[in-house]
Amino acid sequence: MNIKHHLDEATLMSYAAGSLSQGMALVVACHLTMCKTCSQRLHKHNAIGGALLEQIAPADIQQNALDDILARLDQPATPTFTKLNQVPDKKAIADIPYPLSDYITQQLSDLPWKKLGNSVAYYDIACGSTGLSRLMRINPGCALLPHTHSGNELTLVLKGSFCDELGRFNIGDIADLDDEVEHQPLVDGNSPCFCLVATDAPLKFSTIIGKIIQPMTGF
Amino acid sequence: MNNIYALKHSNMQDTKLEWADLLTNIAQHQDKQSFSDIFNHFAPRIKAYILRLGLTESVAEELMQETMISVWRKASYYRKDKAAASTWIFTIARNISIDWMRSKKYPQSLGDEWDDNLAVDSSADTQGEDLILRHQVSNILNTLPEKQAQVIYMSFYEGRAHSDISQRLGIPLGSVKSRIRLASIKFKAAWEQTNEH
Repeated sequence: MNIKHHLDEATLMSYAAGSLSQGMALVVACHLTMCKTCSQRLHKHNAIGGALLEQIAPADIQQNALDDILARLDQPATPTFTKLNQVPDKKAIADIPYPLSDYITQQLSDLPWKKLGNSVAYYDIACGSTGLSRLMRINPGCALLPHTHSGNELTLVLKGSFCDELGRFNIGDIADLDDEVEHQPLVDGNSPCFCLVATDAPLKFSTIIGKIIQPMTGF
Repeated sequence: MNNIYALKHSNMQDTKLEWADLLTNIAQHQDKQSFSDIFNHFAPRIKAYILRLGLTESVAEELMQETMISVWRKASYYRKDKAAASTWIFTIARNISIDWMRSKKYPQSLGDEWDDNLAVDSSADTQGEDLILRHQVSNILNTLPEKQAQVIYMSFYEGRAHSDISQRLGIPLGSVKSRIRLASIKFKAAWEQTNEH
């Protein structure tokens, strides 16, 4: 996969730290399954976490903690947490990156899309985090409304392509933007573009029309 | 003086080399003495890390124990040519803490096993490089300008998102990200320097 648009250093660092919202972490994890470059970069950020763990001032632990754990080691695994939001008998879905299959069980084309006009449809992902976590399907020839962000926005292309002021985004490419960028994505190919989008704050539309429809679209 | 430093440095590396070997002992022989040694070093640090995330004493104790049991059960997945033991243990503690806080699994690109296609290129020297990298990471952390160290600590130790850090420090989101990027450049330089040697 020839990926040209990668994750920002600051995003990758926060993913390694575990401080990204659930929705944003989901987009990052999906991109990592598609991008060897960012996966290798992540390894270095994880190493920072390892070094910090070595550096931290140790806390007191319960006196008998080691004995208690040693006694539990031979017992069969009884996870404290039930399987977290994992789909039973999860099967690989052809056009869905592995981390996304914890949230959806159908191919992209089979999802119950909600229409937003004639050219745009969306499917909200139940991430339970602040901000937006959404799949979008945008038809060829459609340009989204110009917008900027109060915070960060991640957009990963799963199928098709789009272009904006920053260039062309194909499958696996990620647009990692913040409040310093205003853009207007345009799907200019022959087929719909499917994207996974996450924000950590609502979008800010820059036109009157955008501001009027914002309450209706949930953006 | 230099010899003493070199000796200490060498001993420190030898000691840290052992963490990876101890994990291998656990994987291959279910060796409880190796596990106890790892526990005595890492368990108090894991608990301190979880406490810094803002969780209570009793929850931190419980999650520390869950982390250590995962270390025992998943030791066969650890590959010492891919990551330092402390890095691997950190990711387990991080994932267990987030899973508990969010009641949702932290999205991961991989399961427990390393993907040879995605992980770092393996070579006979990788482990040595990783050790050097880890020492360099520690050195860089200790010498970062305060503003950069602050955002790194707030990210890793307190689990704060960029927007949260921005509000708490009263600085624009872009400044938070710039500080993280600047720190990241220093870590990256250390990595590249390691690969040149």
